[in-house]
Amino acid sequence: MSLYLLRRLIQAIGVMAVMSLIVFLGVFAIGDPVEMLISPDADQIERERAVIALGLDKPLWMQYLLFLSNALSGDLGRSFVFNEPALQLIMGRMPATLELALGATFMAIIIGLPLGLYAGLRPNGATSKAIMAVSILGFSLPTFWVGLMLIMVFAVQLGWLPSSGRGETAMLFGVPWSFLTWDGLTHLIMPATNLALFKISLVIRLTRAGVRETMLMDYVKFARAKGLSPSRVTFVHVFKNILIPVVTVVGLELGSTIAFSVVTESVFAWPGMGKLIIDSINVLDRPVIVAYLMTIVLMFITINLIVDLTYSFLDPRVRLEAKG
Amino acid sequence: MSLTLEVRDLRTHFFTRAGVVKAVDGVSFTVARGKVLGLVGESGSGKTVTGFSILGMVDAPGRITGGSIWFQGRDLANLSEEEMRHLRGNRIAMIFQDPMMTLNPVLRIDTQMIETVQAHEKVSREEARQRSRDALGMVGIGSPDERLKSYPHQFSGGMRQRVAIAIALLHRPDLIVADEPTTALDVTIQGQILAEVQKLAANTGTSLIWITHDLSVVAGLADDIAVMYAGRVVEHGLVEEVLDRPLHPYTHGLIGSVPSRNKRGEPLRQIPGMTPSMLALPQGCAFRARCPRAGEECLIEPELRTILPGREARCHRPHL
Repeated sequence: MSLYLLRRLIQAIGVMAVMSLIVFLGVFAIGDPVEMLISPDADQIERERAVIALGLDKPLWMQYLLFLSNALSGDLGRSFVFNEPALQLIMGRMPATLELALGATFMAIIIGLPLGLYAGLRPNGATSKAIMAVSILGFSLPTFWVGLMLIMVFAVQLGWLPSSGRGETAMLFGVPWSFLTWDGLTHLIMPATNLALFKISLVIRLTRAGVRETMLMDYVKFARAKGLSPSRVTFVHVFKNILIPVVTVVGLELGSTIAFSVVTESVFAWPGMGKLIIDSINVLDRPVIVAYLMTIVLMFITINLIVDLTYSFLDPRVRLEAKG
Repeated sequence: MSLTLEVRDLRTHFFTRAGVVKAVDGVSFTVARGKVLGLVGESGSGKTVTGFSILGMVDAPGRITGGSIWFQGRDLANLSEEEMRHLRGNRIAMIFQDPMMTLNPVLRIDTQMIETVQAHEKVSREEARQRSRDALGMVGIGSPDERLKSYPHQFSGGMRQRVAIAIALLHRPDLIVADEPTTALDVTIQGQILAEVQKLAANTGTSLIWITHDLSVVAGLADDIAVMYAGRVVEHGLVEEVLDRPLHPYTHGLIGSVPSRNKRGEPLRQIPGMTPSMLALPQGCAFRARCPRAGEECLIEPELRTILPGREARCHRPHL
């Protein structure tokens, strides 16, 4: 187990190193941040000074090495725009995105699993068919449109829920969270629902497919032949077998929600990382872009590791010692 | 001689979009206490569906449409699902064909055994574990305490089938339906398992229905034999009599197809043609088209009738 973790750690470092190079080169290739940052009527001397201050006069490889050595000491550069450490900027926005993504994922599991299970057990029932039909809507309706509709119905017409911002927050572990206060929670519900719609549909479909496949397995027939109650067959024999694909997809979905919840955050003016990265890209705030992408890579690696560890817990045939 | 099971005119039909599949269509047989019935036939002859019908586990679109299954004074065909569940795994157990697939891969052996004990008896976990351990020991699995903590993938196919048999034996059932339980095993393991099952059945007075397409297995194991073709029993009798002197041309052909009975150097004998589609059975005797003895009268469906004392066959022109 520890050997496995060590190997995964080394892999992770390799991925991070390669990723940093790609990200750095990629960001360097697009546009000139000086153009965006300095007022057009600045003279040549002011330009030079800005270029030197931002460290853009050095050759690319030297910039990269400098970036690497700083990164190793936890410094991912300072934002050109805010003149704050980029990492600090991102970390400041992370809780908002995190609670949004976790809220959406939580809803996906709480709603998606039972509905999928039901639809899988009674594939020909009218309710199941209705569930499946609605799940197609969840897949295909564009997020921004659903977001706007939610605002129109629940904020504008009914006036039940606030349409933007995080609302009141409370501190936990030194970080502000919305879900700890009633006001914050009312702010969280709509954007989280908006993000969750796609995931709920995904979990429903995955669970249903898994249940239908598993129900045909001999071990389920054998479990019935043993005289077990239907609930024991469903919740122990079937359920544990379908969790593996669900965990995989939910884990990866969680990662991509954290990374790419830009649209929802924009629609609901949710002050998360997605909003920050879009603004940074607009003004070519390189350190923030790089730091953001590195954070996301690290997060994906971590989520993948957690998913893999969950496998070994769910499926005894997955032996972590054997291979990496 | 007391009967454990009496199946009378059982009909299990599947209502598919393409039409009604009469997988089991008027099957009758009896199993005496402590005896082994070999249920023989080709794939698709309805022998597995017969087994599932006895356990009340025919899934939609299939259902039992007629006949009766008498077991301990009750007609299983008319029991509710809940009543049936209390019999399943308790008084009637089943063993499946592919041992690699019958145990749940993500649950430990002890979980799968203890739940079986506790499904039918209110006993403590500890006592259930004790009984599971004894059952494993009974089917010849060494160091059962350790084995209980294992997962199925840590066992070989033969061992898994032993575990499945141990699970079937947990409640000392009156009847075990074994659906080709040795087909997926290699021959040496097959022999061991057969010997084991025969011994256990004799010791506990358990009756067995042994579903197979392998006549040599039946020859060594069964007391009675029922040969199925296209959803019907075509011949029924004591195993040695049927194998020595088959009455029905189909049984005759089956026995003739066993490779060891053919002469070396000659092409292997086989039954011409294929099993008919269950959706479009020919009129009259279903075996008519493949039968070397078929005649005019075979256009009228034959009934299962006593041809010799203790010997039944569904044929107008039996081998006599």
